[in-house]
Amino acid sequence: MNASTVTATRETVSRHTRTFLDRHASLMPTFAAVLIFAVLLIGAQIHFGTFLTPLNMSALLLDNAYLVILAVGMTFVIVTGGIDLSVGSVMALTGIWCADLLASGHSAAVVVPLIILAGAAIGLLIGVLVQYFDVQPFIASLAGLFLARGLAFVVSLDSIRVENESVLWLQTTRWRLGEWYITPTGVLALSVALIGAFVMQFTRFGRTVYAVGGNEQSARLMGLDVARTKVAVYVISGVCAGLAGLVLTAYSGAGYPRNGIGTELDVIAAVVIGGTLLTGGTGYVLGSLIGVLVFGTIKTVISFMGAEQAWTRIIIGLMLLMFIVVQRAIVVRAERRR
Amino acid sequence: MTKVVKHRLFWPAFSLVALIVLNTVVRPQFMKITVRDGELYGALIDILRNSAPLMLVALGMTIVIATRGIDLSVGAVMAVSGAVTLTIIDGAEDPGSTSTVLVAMAVGTGVALLLGAWNGFLVAVLDIQPIVATLVLMLAGRGVALLITDGFITTVNSEPLEYVSTGYLFALPFALFISVAAITAISLVERRTALGVLTEAVGINPEASRLAGVRSRGITFGAYVLSGTLAGVAGIIYSSNIRAADANAAGEFIELYAILAVVLGGTSLVGGKFTVAGTVIGVFIIQTLKSTMLFLGVPSAQSPVFFAAVVIIVVLIQSPRVHRIARGLTGGMRSRNLSAHSDAEVAA
Repeated sequence: MNASTVTATRETVSRHTRTFLDRHASLMPTFAAVLIFAVLLIGAQIHFGTFLTPLNMSALLLDNAYLVILAVGMTFVIVTGGIDLSVGSVMALTGIWCADLLASGHSAAVVVPLIILAGAAIGLLIGVLVQYFDVQPFIASLAGLFLARGLAFVVSLDSIRVENESVLWLQTTRWRLGEWYITPTGVLALSVALIGAFVMQFTRFGRTVYAVGGNEQSARLMGLDVARTKVAVYVISGVCAGLAGLVLTAYSGAGYPRNGIGTELDVIAAVVIGGTLLTGGTGYVLGSLIGVLVFGTIKTVISFMGAEQAWTRIIIGLMLLMFIVVQRAIVVRAERRR
Repeated sequence: MTKVVKHRLFWPAFSLVALIVLNTVVRPQFMKITVRDGELYGALIDILRNSAPLMLVALGMTIVIATRGIDLSVGAVMAVSGAVTLTIIDGAEDPGSTSTVLVAMAVGTGVALLLGAWNGFLVAVLDIQPIVATLVLMLAGRGVALLITDGFITTVNSEPLEYVSTGYLFALPFALFISVAAITAISLVERRTALGVLTEAVGINPEASRLAGVRSRGITFGAYVLSGTLAGVAGIIYSSNIRAADANAAGEFIELYAILAVVLGGTSLVGGKFTVAGTVIGVFIIQTLKSTMLFLGVPSAQSPVFFAAVVIIVVLIQSPRVHRIARGLTGGMRSRNLSAHSDAEVAA
């Protein structure tokens, strides 16, 4: 092999990588999230020596199941270019209502559909305000946040213990594979993520969500049902919040009206870290799953180090900053090339 | 008459007056102001006094919103400035000395100013969406405040500090003077100089105003610095009131109430035209509502339900679809009246 063929191969390789990068530019932030997740895990393993254990990794999914579910719903909303601030409060409302209904003797078969419907109803309210009354998503979901938080306190001012066996089963059951285990809540979270990813990538509805986020005007001119899609994403987010309320109640064994204050911010941060652009149009449900796992790993690392949990918020804030600056750079580069 | 009704402050002012009348009817002692030791007390005075932190934050938010932005970090900035101020006072040899307290407050406000400048840098220089840019500090800010107070609630006993929120000057609460000073300063600077018009220009069309020679970056940057600084002062008033720096509870939900006050006052969230007087009215509406609920015995935790109703009503009133429906209804009535009229004429 002489020198010229070497440079030629090098050129083809770099050309191939360039085409690959161009074609999959929207995947880059998600790749970055996967990379960060891997680096975090390996770094923690090297530092602590006993981090990458099956027990720890199983707990990671278990502790963050409700966040995964919320992040899936939020991804749909953000990809359309909207935002849903109400998720934390809706989770608190459905959680406390679930505990309250169970405590007064209703069966779980009635209660669970009811609380998920409640989540959907608040999502519907937000969606209708956004779509039919031209209210900015920020303000409409703010109304949803206030409404759900207040109603949570109307249901009960204090926490209510859950003694219903079928709800507790969601949390206490451990399906084991050697040292690894998974709870029904974990299965629930993973299935929500998989269903979400499937709907987003392979159904007409999912493609419409991307189209609306990319350019609403064009989507409308293409004859897509923009109105229905935009209302539907908020309903999806509400359903996810309702489900998250159930999971959190099972996880903590009680409903508590102060649950989930500020969770909407954690969820938005996780979704952005997972590679979804807040301007809409680009994003992946599975990326959000990675985003939540990054969030969860940082929390675990900090508790391993015995440091203040206050650091979690600071590090997540910094990571969010890094991601939005990088995203901004990608957008600016794309605009220049045009 | 139509001119009065059409004035953009009509509906906000009308709501506030209606709320006050309602309160007076339900509890006559609402309007009562008693004089004790040459100081005024009463429900109205309480509203004026307690509205100070929200007033400062909402004023800053008005200017930020006018530039097409939003500042979500104000609550976190309040927590940081309160934490910085009280930690300095707590660590001083003499927490009761006025000079210590003044220095501590100056440092707390200075830190808040820097945080505002940080937001301004992200939005104006790096061109990051305001919601996301200020979300960073909203997330990280409370963490920083917790680190400053070592995760505890720092309590101090310091008379000069307490004076800020509970003290009286010329028979009126001192906190009221802070609000009035901020309102006056902002109104004068924004309305007696060209700055207000330039701010609106940036909010209406940043690109066009830049091409017209307006320094839009500088104006946007300044708006966030102002918002941060005012939030810092609000944080000091808050911690003076509870005599403690509580990193979690300080300014909780205040960004939402401030945005609500701005919108209630008639400033649109899409930026551009703003009204300081409207925001002032908006803040008083919120504070009066809070006072009403307290009187009605609604647990303060449940009050968000009422605010949700208020938000929904306000956005519905502002929505173009409702305007169309309303116009359709009144237009329909008018034409029906007209036809009835002509029928009568024919009969005659």
